[in-house]
Amino acid sequence: MVEEIGKTVEGDLVINVGPQHPATHGVLHLVITLNGETIKKVEPHLGYIHRSIEKMCESLSYRQFIYTTSRMDYLSAHINNHACALCVEKGLQIEVPERAQVIRVLMDELTRIASHELWWGAMAMDLGAFTPFFHAFRERETINDIMEETCGARLTMNYMVPGGVMADLHPNFQSRVKNFLQLYKSKIHEYDELVTGNIIFQNRMKGVGYLSAEDAISYGVTGPAGRGSGVSCDVRKLYPYEIYSKLQFDEVLETAGDSFARYMVRLREMQQSIRIVEQLIDNIPDGEYQAKTKAVLKLPKGEFYQRVETARGELGVYIVSEGGTTPYRIKFRSPGFSNLSALDHMTRGEKLGDLVASMGTLDLVIPDIDR
Amino acid sequence: MFSLESITTLVQDWLNKTFSPNLALFFEFVIVGVLAITLFAGLGLVLVLMERKVAAWIQIRLGPNRVGPKGMFQSLADTIKLIMKEGLTPDGADKFLFNLAPFIVMMVAMLVLAPIGFAKGFQIWDINIGVLYVSAISSVSVIGILMAGWASNNKYSLLGAMRSGAQMVSYELSVGLSVLSIIVLTGSLGLNDIVLSQQDGWWIFKGHIPAIISFVIFIIAVTAETNRAPFDLAEAESELTAGFHTEYSGMKFALFFLAEYINIFIVCAIGATLFLGGWMPFHIGNWESFNHVMDYIPSFLWFFGKTFFLIFLIMWFRWTFPRLRVDQLLNLEWKYLLPISMFNLILMTLIAIKGWHF
Repeated sequence: MVEEIGKTVEGDLVINVGPQHPATHGVLHLVITLNGETIKKVEPHLGYIHRSIEKMCESLSYRQFIYTTSRMDYLSAHINNHACALCVEKGLQIEVPERAQVIRVLMDELTRIASHELWWGAMAMDLGAFTPFFHAFRERETINDIMEETCGARLTMNYMVPGGVMADLHPNFQSRVKNFLQLYKSKIHEYDELVTGNIIFQNRMKGVGYLSAEDAISYGVTGPAGRGSGVSCDVRKLYPYEIYSKLQFDEVLETAGDSFARYMVRLREMQQSIRIVEQLIDNIPDGEYQAKTKAVLKLPKGEFYQRVETARGELGVYIVSEGGTTPYRIKFRSPGFSNLSALDHMTRGEKLGDLVASMGTLDLVIPDIDR
Repeated sequence: MFSLESITTLVQDWLNKTFSPNLALFFEFVIVGVLAITLFAGLGLVLVLMERKVAAWIQIRLGPNRVGPKGMFQSLADTIKLIMKEGLTPDGADKFLFNLAPFIVMMVAMLVLAPIGFAKGFQIWDINIGVLYVSAISSVSVIGILMAGWASNNKYSLLGAMRSGAQMVSYELSVGLSVLSIIVLTGSLGLNDIVLSQQDGWWIFKGHIPAIISFVIFIIAVTAETNRAPFDLAEAESELTAGFHTEYSGMKFALFFLAEYINIFIVCAIGATLFLGGWMPFHIGNWESFNHVMDYIPSFLWFFGKTFFLIFLIMWFRWTFPRLRVDQLLNLEWKYLLPISMFNLILMTLIAIKGWHF
């Protein structure tokens, strides 16, 4: 039996999960070979939502291409924009005003909380509990409202531009963020009561979708999924950008490597993001929110790389410039793609229900995988 | 004292006086049939709306509130929509079995209604093996589900049906054993006798802790048997899209949907009858005046009150718990519930023999 795992033989049940399926949260297509309920092989088929963002970027100027990246990982649009802005700034050697830096980090962390909130709800829904989704959205909506007020959009914010941020903070920003922090703290115990402490939930998660630290490294799994396996891979700590080196926060690490560890990493990461927001919200320095930049940006000839920590893992932006107004070539290293590649390894020999749990804890966003 | 018994006897006397005995019996059948179908449809509508309202309440939202006052006609509107929809039959499906399956599931649900006492003297069929009849008939519904899954020619449906088969067959045991523990106390299989035996208190109070244990096991097992969350593996939306009824649409789907709710009603009615006294008002031993006051509340209100309380409990489960995995589901039954209920039954028998119960 064991040696058969991984091979499709005559009489195996092959089912297509996706491209339209409730568990994939998007147009991901998994071809699953089953032996009864046991998974023998998972084969992801990609490309259903490929929009060739990287190619499109080649014909857009350095100010314009950032906007397309909001559509990659739409749950952490701010952080995608941030990575691109940082990469362009690196090429042009622009000094970003401190106010802009603080605003950017605040937005990043709020986005991270919102993203993890959505993941928490969707995760529980994958396991068959519908109620947590609505509880998660209660908090997430508050963040979206804050974003809408300051950035003018709720999901694809396009707020970060080379040199700083698009506009100054809305006057209500601080008070609304403080309201959110209060709301979040008064509700956080519900998360544990409703889901984390539930015995069925723990049985579904513990020991499921095991990924060892070695495998996590060799598959390039980053972000909360990698940290759940005990791999220290928080870009904010290892390669600090903006003002992260001055902030007090912990890199959340769990060593179990199963779905429950990945779940706990994300829950605890929300707390750390709250910690960062609390440190910054009363200390936003005065000054410019955007550095003075030329009307037309031209990156010098060369190659530029910048990595940031999105809600899903390490996002890398790689720009090759020929010295013109548009990039010669752009490549994004998206966390979802690498994380998905480990799915087959994680779920082989487990039950069909475990696939959903493992996939949920990888927190896949399909447009991020396909770009 | 208000009682439905007087109405039923009145109708029967009148029919017997006016028509020949055969014709009177025929008319009685017609009346009962029409009443059963009306109850069936009415219950379906009410329970679907109730589920949506309970879900909304748990999920901090409003629920249906557009069609009619407070959304009361929402399920009616849904029914009309489902009737108008085309009932597709997939190309590769076994057409006869595919179309037969919803009717089997539906028919089973209707048949089980017969021996339930809705109020004092208001029972379609007072059969002396009522409990046996209920458990025998209700286990037929698994055939309908397996048939639906197999005939659909869809891999999701097949997986769902197989899960459902394993689940229903194993949880049947726990339901049977927990029901048996009440039977050993009453010494009768007739549902009416069981209700009457609770004249001086409900079995859940009279039967000490074993009765409470078997009540809890009963609720868990019937939740599994009706394929409700957290045991909804046969449907398992996030794994199998819709499980055994993936390929069904229109009214054929609605029959499955309706049957699910009727099944919930039936198992809760059985639970209320066995453990909570059915239509019997809340009586305490020989507190004559208290019991007399309780008798003023009509018996059908007692019955529906208890049943809907249990239904609410089962709905509460659905909107709170995540789903179990298939091996965990079977472990729960074979490793925990079955041994506990077997031991519990022995304990209950001891109590019954020694006469320790109240």
